[in-house]
Amino acid sequence: MPGMLKISESALNQLRAHGEQTYPHECCGVLLGQDNGDSERWVTHAVACGNTRTDSPENRYNIDPKELIRIQLDAREQGLDILGFYHSHPDHPARWSSTDLAEAHWFGCSYVITSVTNGKAQNTNSFLLAGDEESKRFEDEQVEVVEQPDESRAMAD
Amino acid sequence: MKVLIPTPLRQYAEKKAAVDVNAATVGEALHALTSQHGDLRRHLFSDDGKLRSFVNVYVNDEDIRYLAKENTPVKDNDTISIVPSIAGGIDR
Repeated sequence: MPGMLKISESALNQLRAHGEQTYPHECCGVLLGQDNGDSERWVTHAVACGNTRTDSPENRYNIDPKELIRIQLDAREQGLDILGFYHSHPDHPARWSSTDLAEAHWFGCSYVITSVTNGKAQNTNSFLLAGDEESKRFEDEQVEVVEQPDESRAMAD
Repeated sequence: MKVLIPTPLRQYAEKKAAVDVNAATVGEALHALTSQHGDLRRHLFSDDGKLRSFVNVYVNDEDIRYLAKENTPVKDNDTISIVPSIAGGIDR
């Protein structure tokens, strides 16, 4: 049975909109939320990052570690954890590529991919990085869109 | 000083998000870290003892590759961050 990633509607909308903004280039960002055990991984925030692969942004992405460190520190202050990352596949299916797997190193984290066709976000799928460096694999995850918790909605207002 | 442990490696460090170590260089700090938590070693270093290529190490907000690598000196109030790279892309 596939695992499950819960994501708030606002975070999902943000990461899909980011893919449309950067089209025909790949977008990328960090997914923050709370991990209360295997069955309760809930992404509440999608934080957009710059793509440092300016040499080939239409088919490569890379997040600056310095930007990630800042996001991680801010997240800790809010009691949030890094649960995964997102990126887009311009004019390409929302499935992980061999490059995505080769360059994935955050085990236990979700890698969310959105296909963007002709500038419009299409499918969004999530894959959990399982195993370790010697036996790594992506496992399909169901994406469940949930309403924003009341307190987060109040903060957004 | 504090060594921040990224989410995927916490399972090898008793689920800790940060570990305190005493060291004069980044290399000593990583040695102290992996002495406390032996399971971390193979996730940070390859068989020949070198830092794995995808493991970025920062002292505060400076990449040690642009400092003195593992010989980079550290002070008590420094924060060392271990950040596995985040990258990928379409095959075409």
